[in-house]
Amino acid sequence: MAEQIIEFKVQRYKQGQPAPTYQTFKTLCDDNTTVLVALQDIRRDQDGSLVLRHSCHHASCGTCGMRVNGKEELGCVVKVLDLGTSTVTVEPMRNMPIISDLVVNMEPFYDRYNAVGMPYVRQSEYLDEADLAEGLEAYQRYENCIECNLCVSGCPIMGSDELYLGPATLAAARRVIEEPRGVPTKPLLDWVDSENGCWRCHVAYECNTACPSEVYPGDQIMALRRDLTKRKFRGLFGRGGKG
Amino acid sequence: MASFHAVIIGGGGTGAAVAHDLTLRGYKVTLVERGEVTSGTTGRHHGLLHSGARYAVKDKESAVECIDENMILRRIAPGSFELNDGLFVALTEEEANYSHEFIEACHECGIPARRLSAKEVLACEPNVNPDVIMGVQVPDATMDAMRMPLRFFATAKHSGATIKTYTEVVDFIKRGNAVSAIRVRDHTTNKEYEIGGDIFISAAGAWSGKIGDMVGVEVPIRPSPGVMLAVRGRLCNMVINRLHASGDGDIIVPQRALSVVGTSSWVVDDPDNLGLPRDHIDMMIKYGSELIPGVRTAPFRAAWSAARPLIGPRGADTGRELSRTFKCFDHADEGVEGFVTITGGKATTLRGMAEATANVVCQKMGLEIPCGTREFTLLPHTAYYA
Ligand SMILES: Cc1cc2nc3c(=O)[nH]c(=O)nc-3n(C[C@H](O)[C@H](O)[C@H](O)COP(=O)(O)OP(=O)(O)OC[C@H]3O[C@@H](n4cnc5c(N)ncnc54)[C@H](O)[C@@H]3O)c2cc1C
Ligand code: SF4
Ligand code: SF4
Ligand code: FES
Repeated sequence: MAEQIIEFKVQRYKQGQPAPTYQTFKTLCDDNTTVLVALQDIRRDQDGSLVLRHSCHHASCGTCGMRVNGKEELGCVVKVLDLGTSTVTVEPMRNMPIISDLVVNMEPFYDRYNAVGMPYVRQSEYLDEADLAEGLEAYQRYENCIECNLCVSGCPIMGSDELYLGPATLAAARRVIEEPRGVPTKPLLDWVDSENGCWRCHVAYECNTACPSEVYPGDQIMALRRDLTKRKFRGLFGRGGKG
Repeated sequence: MASFHAVIIGGGGTGAAVAHDLTLRGYKVTLVERGEVTSGTTGRHHGLLHSGARYAVKDKESAVECIDENMILRRIAPGSFELNDGLFVALTEEEANYSHEFIEACHECGIPARRLSAKEVLACEPNVNPDVIMGVQVPDATMDAMRMPLRFFATAKHSGATIKTYTEVVDFIKRGNAVSAIRVRDHTTNKEYEIGGDIFISAAGAWSGKIGDMVGVEVPIRPSPGVMLAVRGRLCNMVINRLHASGDGDIIVPQRALSVVGTSSWVVDDPDNLGLPRDHIDMMIKYGSELIPGVRTAPFRAAWSAARPLIGPRGADTGRELSRTFKCFDHADEGVEGFVTITGGKATTLRGMAEATANVVCQKMGLEIPCGTREFTLLPHTAYYA
């Protein structure tokens, strides 16, 4: 089993401090050690004041988003030795207010995201050849989006324009339009059809790269644009006809 | 009523449900959690909303508790579960024979249980081991280990409870023989301060022994971790269990686009230092692939440990026993007033544990207020951060 002492350069910030600083720690990592576990080890053995968010430890809750060597990652699924660097730089996500150290305030994320009202459970498309067990109407599963904010951290438009609805919210809107589950879709289409909605995106797909959960928010934004274009043409030529 | 101030230590599912229950009963509630909410055992568990079937043969009381709470949670937390049921599969003749006792025990506990032939099992779950002999369908479900308790936090918060995260209890202050305040450190500012209250409730799970030590009472808890393995791909739609008396690696919980195999069990001293034994990960692959052979070839996503609070021989058991599955210790029995510990149990039974705890608290305060959580629809998880 490979073992190596790795240096962690961690961004630190406590409320009241004028600006964030960096602090360096050394800790032993083996080939199973994730960035999250290494930071927990540092907190336990070296500095109990280091704060970070975590919960599920398997890429499902979305709380451990951070920047590792400058890239948006879930700390719980990045193995330290796989990074191949002897110093690992860890910073909080961008485009969000920092509460302390690696913890950002998620309120702005949910203020935008909740406006969509996306149900959390969707119909499962896995094993679609399987018979439905007696008593069930459909096999269900949770939506892909784990509300981690990594796409928002990676998005260059979010950084310059805080009114932009952003990738996670637009992707959620697209999911509702695709599978409404009782949520009205027309107001959503109107909402995303705006300067701060899907037309604001620069389509460089940084969000697709940042997303750890197969949402591909950039692709969803493109799909929304197609939906809106279709709707526009239907409005111009279609449906009611001349009469 | 006179508003008593209840202070809860620990922001896992148990603390969340106690905060919601006491808020509904009219208490002023403050909850402190040293990290993010659900950063202890709660967020890391297997994600199974138990039907109780797993306990029906050996521990009827737990089984009944599970099916009751399972049905209540479906009602008060709609939209929070992947409601795909569970399937116990028999891979040996011995396991198939056990199915008679198993189904009968389920029915005695009020757990719906339906026998399936091998052909029916494979039609519903094509990835299950083709050597399967028969199966039993029960109302298990998948829960999101963080977002389900988050609904309790959201509801408590919007009804007036104060939730203080990154706030660690470092000491207790007593007046005479009664706890009168906690000393906490706010890790976002590095400042310490005190929070006074009328009653203090430790819901610190595997850490409740450490909290007990700070107060000077004996909480007989040993942290007992288990390993879980998540692989990519949804190999089943129902929760797949091995039809036998419980063992290691015998449950596969599908969740989102993952399949999670668990779990194992050993004992450690420090709940902050669980480790991740490599042989336990291998064990998850070995036993998991007996249930679903695809576990062996599915791409790895994560492996991790989480610690149960094992109620064990850490000393004399002086507490008031409310149930064999979880315990609420009123430390007045040891001469310390104003301090209660709730521990053990399961994520599935968090609401029931909170009801029992709040009953003890009310009794101590000399109040008679009924529990209101059984019929109270919880706010969505997204309301917590908004
Ligand atoms: C491997 C495993 C698998 C499991 N699978 C399932 C399952 O599938 N279904 C199910 O129903 N149950 C399951 N369980 C059981 C379930 O996870 C637990 O019963 C439940 O999560 C316990 O919640 P809790 O709130 O009591 O404890 P915790 O979630 O551990 O909460 C205690 C909290 O106290 C905090 N704390 C500690 N010290 C301090 C301090 N000094 N100051 C402030 N805060 C402090 C901790 O940070 C922690 O967040 C599983 C358990 C394990 C170990
Ligand atoms: S594709 Fe659009 S939403 Fe995604 S990162 Fe780029 S600008 Fe932001
Ligand atoms: S879209 Fe992807 S990156 Fe963005 S919040 Fe959801 S899961 Fe995270
Ligand atoms: S801890 Fe849940 S996603 Fe990393």
